[in-house]
Amino acid sequence: MFRDYKPIVFAALLGAAACGGTNSSESAKPSSPKAAPDAKKVDASTAATITGRIAFEGTPPQNASINMASDPACGSAAVTSESVLVDNGGLQNVFVYIKDGLGNTFIFDTPGEPVKLDQKGCHYVPHVVGVRTTQPLEVINSDNTLHNVHGMPQANREFNVGQPVPGMKNTVAFTTPEVLIPFKCDVHSWMHAFVGVVDHPYFAVSGSGGAFELKTIPPGTYTIEAVHEKLGRQTQSVTLGEKDAKQITFTFKPAA
Amino acid sequence: MAADQGAQNQDERAERAAVESRASNLARRACNPWHHRYVKLVTISIVLLIAAGGMVTSTDSGLSVPDWPTSYGWNMFTFPLSKWVGGIKYEHGHRLIASTVGFLTIILAAWTWWVESRAWVRKLAFAALGAVILQGLLGGLTVIFFLPPAISIGHAGLAQIFFCLTLTLAVVTSPGWKQAVAPVDDAMLRRLALTTTAVVYAQILVGATMRHTNAGMAIPDFPYAFGHIIPPQWNAKIAIHFAHRVGALLVTVAILATSSHVLYHHRRRPELARPAMLLLTFLSMQVTLGAFVVWSGMDPVINTAHVVNGALVLGTSVVLALRAFAGRRAAVSAADASRLSDSQAGDSPLPAAGRLPVPPRPPGLRAGARP
Repeated sequence: MFRDYKPIVFAALLGAAACGGTNSSESAKPSSPKAAPDAKKVDASTAATITGRIAFEGTPPQNASINMASDPACGSAAVTSESVLVDNGGLQNVFVYIKDGLGNTFIFDTPGEPVKLDQKGCHYVPHVVGVRTTQPLEVINSDNTLHNVHGMPQANREFNVGQPVPGMKNTVAFTTPEVLIPFKCDVHSWMHAFVGVVDHPYFAVSGSGGAFELKTIPPGTYTIEAVHEKLGRQTQSVTLGEKDAKQITFTFKPAA
Repeated sequence: MAADQGAQNQDERAERAAVESRASNLARRACNPWHHRYVKLVTISIVLLIAAGGMVTSTDSGLSVPDWPTSYGWNMFTFPLSKWVGGIKYEHGHRLIASTVGFLTIILAAWTWWVESRAWVRKLAFAALGAVILQGLLGGLTVIFFLPPAISIGHAGLAQIFFCLTLTLAVVTSPGWKQAVAPVDDAMLRRLALTTTAVVYAQILVGATMRHTNAGMAIPDFPYAFGHIIPPQWNAKIAIHFAHRVGALLVTVAILATSSHVLYHHRRRPELARPAMLLLTFLSMQVTLGAFVVWSGMDPVINTAHVVNGALVLGTSVVLALRAFAGRRAAVSAADASRLSDSQAGDSPLPAAGRLPVPPRPPGLRAGARP
């Protein structure tokens, strides 16, 4: 009886061996954020601004050193993880955005030009980046080695694409707001990036000294959220009048 | 009367033919040492494959080659060596070793089909081939679907079954199995060995669940759990991790019971005493490695050694169980032989081929009892 199955087994095996596949670039379907029928554009003449700082209280943790010896093309420079970067008491790479309060009374044009996320020296540059829903995010391989770009969202579709040739680019887009989406390269286990996806233009990533700025915000009361990849999330409520310029500060502490 | 005599002669001829066939089969079986060596080679290659798979998960490299069955668009056999960097060398290496083991298993199935007279052994070889094909598909699917725990755990669990299938083939094609004289017929040993094998396999599945749900460091200290014997806080990962620790206790009890039974009742039977001792050795190594996995913060090499040693615990338990059940097989065969020789009243020139002679048990000694 078993003898009868032999051709099937061998055919299946040959079929599996001959079967091929191709790299594919994953991109989410574009869609517009829901806006009310009478939704309007923000009046820049009455818009307000929030400037702020992400302060770090306490002793910054020692970032782990990265051993890149597993790929000579990555270089031999001694580098450390970018998880917690503190500069003059300010925390960098914190994604700050309006979480709540905009409602659906405003229309925001989605920029057509892509946001760029580069892979350089076996690191993602920048480490944290913001993008609008449906806006293209172009991931570039500027290294003389291969990478895989593995996005691990919860609300959007997961993807994993290979970039075996230097100079390769892949474009992705996300349909659903999600803060933050982790990106990683499974080839180089230390390579991580975080992408904040929002459906409006009010977001920023804290830079030198932990500074950030949100511009052209219509008057109103908003919940501002600051999100760090390791140190978590914090929110503040801010009320803005016409042409207001408010300053806010978030204070993060070392993880317990 | 003459018709009755004819029928009786026909029965005797049929029975004699069956006996001759068994003798021929026995001779055929006994002369394939290279086949047995080849089966052992395949079994060892599977241990290597399990180690390679362990390194893939331990280094979190499972998705470093995002496509399957191709590798970054290349045919996997032509993927340039220069591109084996970072996690790729683990994942791609695992795929190549797996392909090699797959081809070795095709040859194994074909060779077994050709030389083996026992139908169940031939079926076992093809079951191993089916297992490795399914294993390859699960490996591909888990990459395509971004390592869903259910598929990854299935991949890990099937790897152990595939290993046990070829190990069983190695045992039953060995000269020791074929020419075994008076295997031990001990019902208690059979129960203990079977239970131990089941408990070890269940523990391996819990371990695989822990690996593939990232629960390896859910309890960061050992031997305590957050400084307590029972974790003071719970979530799904802590529960899985703690279940693996409880499982380790159950495995320890099962192996101690089985090995003690063997060493007390059958210590002069090397075919049982050796795996029993080996089980104890592998158990102590496994517990030590498990502790070091936690203390080292899941060092990939230690982690992989824990996985491989787990397979060796299971394999040793399977060998012991097979040899325990060989006694039952021999007892059944001896009963058949006795029935046959009674019916032939000793007029056959042939031995009861394929049946193992069982020496008379000393009076008053029960089966499995220590002589």
